Amino acid sequence: MSSWLDYTINGLIVGNVYALVAVGLALIFGVSRLINFAQGSIYLVGAYIGWVAVVQLQTPLLVTIVLVATAAAVVGLIIERFGLRPLQNSVRIAPLLATIGISFVLDQLVMLTFSPNPRALPSQLPDIRFQVGQGTIGPLDILIAAVGTGSALLLFVFLRYTKLGWAVRATAQDRDAAMQMGVDVNRVNQAVFGIAAALGGVSGMLVGMYYNQIDTAMSLQATLKGVVAEVVGGAGNVPGAVVGSMLLGLVESYGVAVFGTSYRNLFAFLLLILVLVLRPNGLFASARQAPPEPLTGTFIAPSRPVRIPPWALVITAGLFALLPLFPVSDYLLQTLINAWLLGMLALSLTLVAGTVGQVSLGHAALLAIGAYTSALLSLNFSLPVGLAIICGGLMTAALGTLLISPSFRLRGHYVSIATLAIGEIVSLVILNWESVTHGPIGVSGIPPLSLFGYELVSAASVYWFSFAVMVLLALLQVRLLTSHLGRSFRAIRDDDVAARAYGLSLNRYKSLAFIFGGFAAGVSGGIAAHLYSYINHETFNTQQSILALTIVILGGLGNVAGAIVGAVALVGLPEAFRIAAEYRILIYGIVLLLLVRFRPQGLLGTI
Amino acid sequence: MAGAPLLSLRGLTRRFGGLTAVDGIDLDLGQGELVSIIGPNGAGKTTLFNLVTGLDRPDEGEVRLDGKDITGLAPEKLAGIGIARTFQLGRVFGNLSVMDNVLIGAHARLRAVKPAVPLIGPLLELGLALLRPSSVKAEEEGLREEVRRILARFGERLLPRIDQPAYSLSYANRRRVEIARALALKPRLLLLDEPTAGMNPTETAEMQALIAELKAAGLTILLIEHKLDMVMRLSDRVMVMDEGKKIAEGAGEEVRRDPNVIEAYLGHGLSQAAHDEPEEVA
Amino acid sequence: MNGSVASTEPILRLSNVNTFYGQAQAHFDLSIDVPRGHIVCLLGGNASGKSTTMKIILGLVRPRSGEVIFDGASTLGLSTPQIVRRGIASVPEARRLFAEMSVRENILMGAFVRNDSAEIARDLERVLGLFPKLGQRLSQRAGLLSGGEQQMVAMARALMSRPRMIVMDEPTMGLSPLYVDRVLELIRTINREGVSIFMVEQNASLALEIAHEAHVLQTGRIVLSGPARELKDDPRVRDAYLGGADAA
Repeated sequence: MSSWLDYTINGLIVGNVYALVAVGLALIFGVSRLINFAQGSIYLVGAYIGWVAVVQLQTPLLVTIVLVATAAAVVGLIIERFGLRPLQNSVRIAPLLATIGISFVLDQLVMLTFSPNPRALPSQLPDIRFQVGQGTIGPLDILIAAVGTGSALLLFVFLRYTKLGWAVRATAQDRDAAMQMGVDVNRVNQAVFGIAAALGGVSGMLVGMYYNQIDTAMSLQATLKGVVAEVVGGAGNVPGAVVGSMLLGLVESYGVAVFGTSYRNLFAFLLLILVLVLRPNGLFASARQAPPEPLTGTFIAPSRPVRIPPWALVITAGLFALLPLFPVSDYLLQTLINAWLLGMLALSLTLVAGTVGQVSLGHAALLAIGAYTSALLSLNFSLPVGLAIICGGLMTAALGTLLISPSFRLRGHYVSIATLAIGEIVSLVILNWESVTHGPIGVSGIPPLSLFGYELVSAASVYWFSFAVMVLLALLQVRLLTSHLGRSFRAIRDDDVAARAYGLSLNRYKSLAFIFGGFAAGVSGGIAAHLYSYINHETFNTQQSILALTIVILGGLGNVAGAIVGAVALVGLPEAFRIAAEYRILIYGIVLLLLVRFRPQGLLGTI
Repeated sequence: MAGAPLLSLRGLTRRFGGLTAVDGIDLDLGQGELVSIIGPNGAGKTTLFNLVTGLDRPDEGEVRLDGKDITGLAPEKLAGIGIARTFQLGRVFGNLSVMDNVLIGAHARLRAVKPAVPLIGPLLELGLALLRPSSVKAEEEGLREEVRRILARFGERLLPRIDQPAYSLSYANRRRVEIARALALKPRLLLLDEPTAGMNPTETAEMQALIAELKAAGLTILLIEHKLDMVMRLSDRVMVMDEGKKIAEGAGEEVRRDPNVIEAYLGHGLSQAAHDEPEEVA
Repeated sequence: MNGSVASTEPILRLSNVNTFYGQAQAHFDLSIDVPRGHIVCLLGGNASGKSTTMKIILGLVRPRSGEVIFDGASTLGLSTPQIVRRGIASVPEARRLFAEMSVRENILMGAFVRNDSAEIARDLERVLGLFPKLGQRLSQRAGLLSGGEQQMVAMARALMSRPRMIVMDEPTMGLSPLYVDRVLELIRTINREGVSIFMVEQNASLALEIAHEAHVLQTGRIVLSGPARELKDDPRVRDAYLGGADAA
């Protein structure tokens, strides 16, 4: 791969693949105003079904494609019917969370069935290359282009010439008017999900063949890339999604050409943030339209929180504090230490997502910033560990808020997309900024936890330290919530238009929330760094972000006690039942789905 | 109208693509006056409110408060200089208690906990909220007292529910909370967007009495309403809009008899006699 | 033409309908009859509850109590597509065309509930006969047409399902006088073919020109009813809109 034509061709081919995912996302958004976070999981399912077909059933290529498309479509139909349709009248955040939960479940099912090791996916095509000008193309490139073009044609014919296709277009343009023409919107949703899934599944298979490798990490990447392409092209805009995909493919390809392969995703996400900030309606929308109808109504499930009497809280806290004095195993203490660290992250997220309503999907990035700051300060500048951790917290408060600030002007699902992208960007920067972070090698030999010169060696001492920090942060957060800031945050969450009308600057208060929450998360990350003694760019990943979100919803959005209860539950219970690690994430996904469907206000209620 | 106007609109215009929603509106509002804006559906009344309250920027024209140009200022800033508004169908903070809802109204007036210091102001606010020195506590207590006094104006409707979340209140009560919230801002100018929409005659009469009280206390009010008797009884002046333009302005009775106004509401020809008969049914 | 139940029964009957938006009451014991083959108008100013009446008939909003009976059968609990299939077509407020679809596609969407393609094609011809101007614009995107032309398309679209009743929400709003006349003429023509029409209008004088009966709605209650002919000269209509000395 050396000539610019090669890079262009590569960009367009990859763009083709992204287009298959992005068009599916655009169709779904157009009809139901939903960003389908499970699209990447369907892509993954497609790749693995392709593997089964090619390697085990040894079907000819055309049959493989049809098989993958059909199987993926069925998965899509099931998701729509059982995962999303029951949520039609739920609070606005429910479908978003449901698709996240579904993606967890699907990814884990694939991983459990096939093992997480990468596999080869041969393309069954001859390995020859044709000369085209300065560059070359192979049969797989042609296949991808053919599938892409073929799908586009089929979709066009469907939308233009079939009754159902017309129903899809009508629903996307004016749902109420479509209903008044007799269109059954449920059938339209079904059809659209089926089509989007078929496209996504086939693209997963094609990518697997292109790189001759499939593995479960493909899923999140595919969702993110598809979302980037869709946002760039304008949400819900099908031709826009195609153009956005090509653009993304080219931007990535040229970025790789100039900077190297590890920068590929960085460019994708930077493009996303740029578009979200400058042109949130996509590149093809006109600038000065009528102001968007202010979104009204409460965004979380209104509920009366469970009131826990203060004495009960004190006693429970006391019991947990005294626990190490009893003859308990170190293993139990380690588990609870994890729970306390996760609890700090949950406190941070429940403030930001629950109290202020910014559903951040990239919160683990804050852990990473705190961890790296603390580790590097203590290693490079011999700062005492306690002080380093505090600095980690402060740095996260400042830098974290700064990084997330582009999302402040966004609303609804776009906040989640932007924070997800920002989280990934942080991870990628850590990976690539080798002079500071040591890149993929990671930071090792991090000094263990110590306080005022005394090393915290025993499990009990670490336990007490982390428990104390968590309780302190929780108390501070309660104090925050009972001040005027508590009602200010919640006012912004409930109705930001009315909040502004009464003097609340959105940027100011969202920043404050992230500053406080960033500090808590940074401290948690810092403690983790000194506990693990080795960290790299993968230690704090998107999976943790979503785990934190599940904890927060389980406990009740905005509920401080709930965040801690949720952390203990989701960390402790699997240990108690000796559930193997592979099944845990599957269970988290199922828990999230059940919560969203049956108890969106969580165990202790939203505040 | 004595002295300079408190609020002054000149040539206010807002276009959406091909549609001119607000077309060159001029209006003056004197201190202590109550002026109503009426007009058929789609006349541009709420758009006009949005232009005055900073939710939207005009394409042309200016808005002045007490002579100072406030055109296009953000809603947060306008709250700070004493402009309060309520919204069509009401926008209370559903999960907040009645007390908290009304306290938010006073947010722009917070001084002890929200020092107006550039750059580090927000951090100071965070610190003060956590530390709560006595000045901050006193301010908060003082505001809570004030809220109770404001709620007392609504008799027994809101005070007994002061700690209940707003979503659990009746529609009429929620709209009252909205007014209470606006009063907590201690406004110089109050904009009310259809305060009695969806209310039955009793509730409407209560609201009308309250607005009359506020006017008697010297508050300057701009009102959008459809219940025209209420408009006639409360207003010093009425402005009629149709298709974005002002088509009449004056005392209530004058405006009601103005043929342009009648035509705008009822359509051309009703005030005349002869018409064709509709076809008989086959 | 399309009579199934005894033709003395009204084609549409709303009976003691009470509608709420949350806790705000929009209708208070609303009762309206649309006699078969008539044009009935519902008049009223803003916030009178007119548009909510349309939504009740089409099943977009459910009343808290009361009955809605179309052609002898209750429509309560049916979804909007189901109600439409029973024989009601709609001309929504502000047209609500599918802006990105062509004029031809929009009109044909009106026949979505039908499957007889040969008949549909014939009906399309017939409908275009009623709206000759549209013939030249068939392949244009509907969003590009003027307000009056869009109203033509919306009405053509409504005819395509061969409805027994058409409900129209403010069909003359925002139209130039030329198109207003055209629309009124078309309503008369359609009605002559036996289609009952229920129309919600703000512009009382226009509506009273073509209606057989009219009702005036004020904050959710009918305050005046009767043959249009009589209401035309009745000063109480004006009072209901602009408030009179005796109005509550």
